[in-house]
Amino acid sequence: MSDEQPEETVVTDAPLVEAPADTVAGEVVLRLTDVVKTFPGVRALDGVRLEVRAGEVHCLLGQNGAGKSTLIKVLAGVHRPDSGTVEWRGEPVTFANPQAAMRAGIATIYQELDLVEDLSVGENAFLGHEPRRLGFVRRGHMARRTRQILGRLGHAEIPPNRMVRSLPAAGKQVVSMARALSHEARLIIMDEPSAVLAHDEVGNLFRIIRELTAQGIAVIYISHRLEEIREIGDRVTVLKDGRTTAANLPARDTPTRELVSKMTGRTIEYVFPDRPAEPPAGDELLRVDGLTRAGEFADVSLSVRAGEIVGIAGLVGSGRSELLETIYGARRADAGTVRVAGRALRPGSVGSAVRAGLGMAPEERKSQALLLGEPIYRNVTLATFGRYSRAGFTDAAKERAEADRIAESLDLRPRDVRRPVRTLSGGNQQKVVVGRWLLGDTKLLLLDEPTRGVDVGARAELYQVIRALAARGVGVLLVSSEVPEVLGLADRVLVMREGRVVREAPATELDENTVLDLVMAGSLMEGAPA
Amino acid sequence: MSDVKDTSTAAERGAALPAQSPPVDPAETAAAGEKAAAGGRLSWWHGDAGEGARRNLALIGVLVALIVIGALTRSDLYSNPDWVWDNVLSILKLASVVGVVTVGMTFVIIGGGIDLSVGAIVALAGVWCTTVATQSYGAGGMIFSALTVGLAVGLVNGLLISYGRLVPFIATLAMLVAARGLAAEISDKQTQVSDNNFINGLASNSLLGVPLLVYILAAVVAAGWVLLNRTTFGRRTVAVGGNPEAARLAGINVKRHTLLLYALSGLCCGIAAIMLTAQANSAQAAMANLYELDAIAAAIIGGTLLSGGRGTIIGSLLGVVIFATITNLFAINGLSTEAQNMVKGGIIVAAVLVQQVQFRSLTQFLNRNRLTTT
Ligand SMILES: Nc1ncnc2c1ncn2[C@@H]1O[C@H](COP(=O)(O)OP(=O)(O)OP(=O)(O)O)[C@@H](O)[C@H]1O
Ligand SMILES: [Mg+2]
Repeated sequence: MSDEQPEETVVTDAPLVEAPADTVAGEVVLRLTDVVKTFPGVRALDGVRLEVRAGEVHCLLGQNGAGKSTLIKVLAGVHRPDSGTVEWRGEPVTFANPQAAMRAGIATIYQELDLVEDLSVGENAFLGHEPRRLGFVRRGHMARRTRQILGRLGHAEIPPNRMVRSLPAAGKQVVSMARALSHEARLIIMDEPSAVLAHDEVGNLFRIIRELTAQGIAVIYISHRLEEIREIGDRVTVLKDGRTTAANLPARDTPTRELVSKMTGRTIEYVFPDRPAEPPAGDELLRVDGLTRAGEFADVSLSVRAGEIVGIAGLVGSGRSELLETIYGARRADAGTVRVAGRALRPGSVGSAVRAGLGMAPEERKSQALLLGEPIYRNVTLATFGRYSRAGFTDAAKERAEADRIAESLDLRPRDVRRPVRTLSGGNQQKVVVGRWLLGDTKLLLLDEPTRGVDVGARAELYQVIRALAARGVGVLLVSSEVPEVLGLADRVLVMREGRVVREAPATELDENTVLDLVMAGSLMEGAPA
Repeated sequence: MSDVKDTSTAAERGAALPAQSPPVDPAETAAAGEKAAAGGRLSWWHGDAGEGARRNLALIGVLVALIVIGALTRSDLYSNPDWVWDNVLSILKLASVVGVVTVGMTFVIIGGGIDLSVGAIVALAGVWCTTVATQSYGAGGMIFSALTVGLAVGLVNGLLISYGRLVPFIATLAMLVAARGLAAEISDKQTQVSDNNFINGLASNSLLGVPLLVYILAAVVAAGWVLLNRTTFGRRTVAVGGNPEAARLAGINVKRHTLLLYALSGLCCGIAAIMLTAQANSAQAAMANLYELDAIAAAIIGGTLLSGGRGTIIGSLLGVVIFATITNLFAINGLSTEAQNMVKGGIIVAAVLVQQVQFRSLTQFLNRNRLTTT
């Protein structure tokens, strides 16, 4: 299912200076030369070159803060470059606004979803270019076309008139994809589209991308998952600190070592932190019995010991996030109990959970975790500023020092903790969300997709930090869509499907395929009901 | 997959976390320094702390412009320094009552709400503290009852909004109507004269040449500033208004805090009621008419985001003073209040535009300039 891309080898244009990949036939549709974009105090783009051909999947690689999102925002007309040229289908262009870019045939799926929560799926898909007649929106027509596009995306089950607010994260991602497809685009840019998708959804996404490229549409694809780039990409351009450090590398054959060293400037090895030799035998910290929330999950029992990392694998929609939020008291259970160190938590009370030493890094950083306009340090200390205060007076200097320490250990860039979080790149914002709970005396850490959008290097550091916490006796309950992450980091793994725990085993006894089979079983449409 | 790590430093970093402060990698620091240096000499202008200050600078510019207009149109008056000083004091005195209300309003708006009932609370508290029965307890009784009434009504607002889940706009609109109604009922629609010399003296007496009302305003503003910028209460206010879900998931009791915000606003109204009663030597149900609009407008002009999460006390104070200066400007030129209201409306729009559009492009301009010169 991976290599269906036609491997024609005729290169029509003059070859670029860098190793021209021979897999792509189309003509050059987009060429960027020496593009520079600065923000106050930061040179986000510092001389970027990029060349994209029709019908190819061009991947952008780079660490958190390398400038990938900034680059695509320049292409999408959100930012205007300070200098440098953008050539689109042979003509130099500057897009005054996103509408101009869309009219020119460039559609973008942003890293941070940009949907209007209180509009319907169809209204979001056609936002700004609603089909209309005599000034009236043709609602029926719009619904029909939305249904068509959703069908193409393999999600015919989403009704076009449903409010976007009520959709889960993956559903929202589908809607932004539908929006991109609703334009007659010649270039579709996808900024970390897979970060919120589960394994099967990613497969779906790739199928769509292949359909698009077969029609000669170019795709720019950003992801921190190298294996995805190998599977879907044709050529790779690598950014580091706002500069192009390698252009047009063949996506399949370039050694990982080379890609990573071009990205980070250092050589990096692939490892998870070692597990302790003995399975953790600390006291039972968390005990969940028969926890149930109608329509989300049912009869879940689990435990986490001090010093233990327990992973939950499951598809988006299997009730994992809801389970975590219910344990944390952000949702109220219909039945069942949550005990921390033997004492029952008050149901539906986050305050009671936090006082008992729980911390949770939620799934959606922007809507659930961050104060975007506030400085980094205030976001890091959002749950702990009370502890650093004296008689109700905050101690900003102490908070900054603590936040600095977190920034250092998670390799946050830029390091200045007084910057507003809004100006951080997506991956760095994620580090702030997780970093919040590394402060204070959290006893039990609930992590929902903690590495979403975090680059390869920083990810390893985050794993180290989580392991170090466990070594100190903190219990960790981890939810992740990436099965290897769950298997590599956790001591014990629970597999969830359709709101129930279907398997529990030490991580060493499971492998990726077993878990994937368990997770998927019965979720295929054509499968007979189990 | 993609679990890759830098074997040389990551282990150290991870291990270093539990310790108090891990050693700083000198290479990293140097890189960070370089980036910061790229910010150049104007970095103070872009800094995080600078943003509020920048806004306030714009407001001071507006204020100066208004004073210049005053000086140009009435150069005869402005040539007399004594008059100028007296005029400044009268502007501040004019601003004092609304100023106190605006401080409470600023907290409510930063916290993501709105309080339309402030004028009505001032009236109710004013009427309550000037009934014959209350006045018989002396100044202390009057002050106590005004503050208590303000606080109590604010608490009711807060309860309706946080635990009753009413939309702030609706809850406080209902309170506006109800509180004015109650005030009219209590006063029997009569003007209640205050016979208390201490209370009346708050408006007529001065200390070191400055009216006592101005001291009260200064005290409330100072307390508000400290509360917003230096206390956990202020931090929670910003969090609750900026992203209530994030605040809740961080363990902040959003409902209780919302309740406290409206109580605080009510308390400020109680203080304002005493000040206004002192100014008029009386209270009546129609007093403090439309103060809610003045307070909201002043807060918005001062840079408070109506959707919550951002705002400054100093900005709000400047907003109030700007309004008072406009009123004063029209008074000294003998112009009508109708014209004055139209100009006020224009000023609201202009001030917001100046802050948003002008300063963004000015920042961009400076940026670009810097790039071309270095
Ligand atoms: N609006 C902004 N104001 C100031 N700085 C910004 C702004 N947007 C981005 N930056 C900075 O520009 C740099 C590049 O950010 P960008 O979002 O492009 O990174 P990225 O490569 O997409 O990273 P990630 O993988 O984490 O998404 C970062 O240092 C970031 O802090
Ligand atoms: Mg990005």
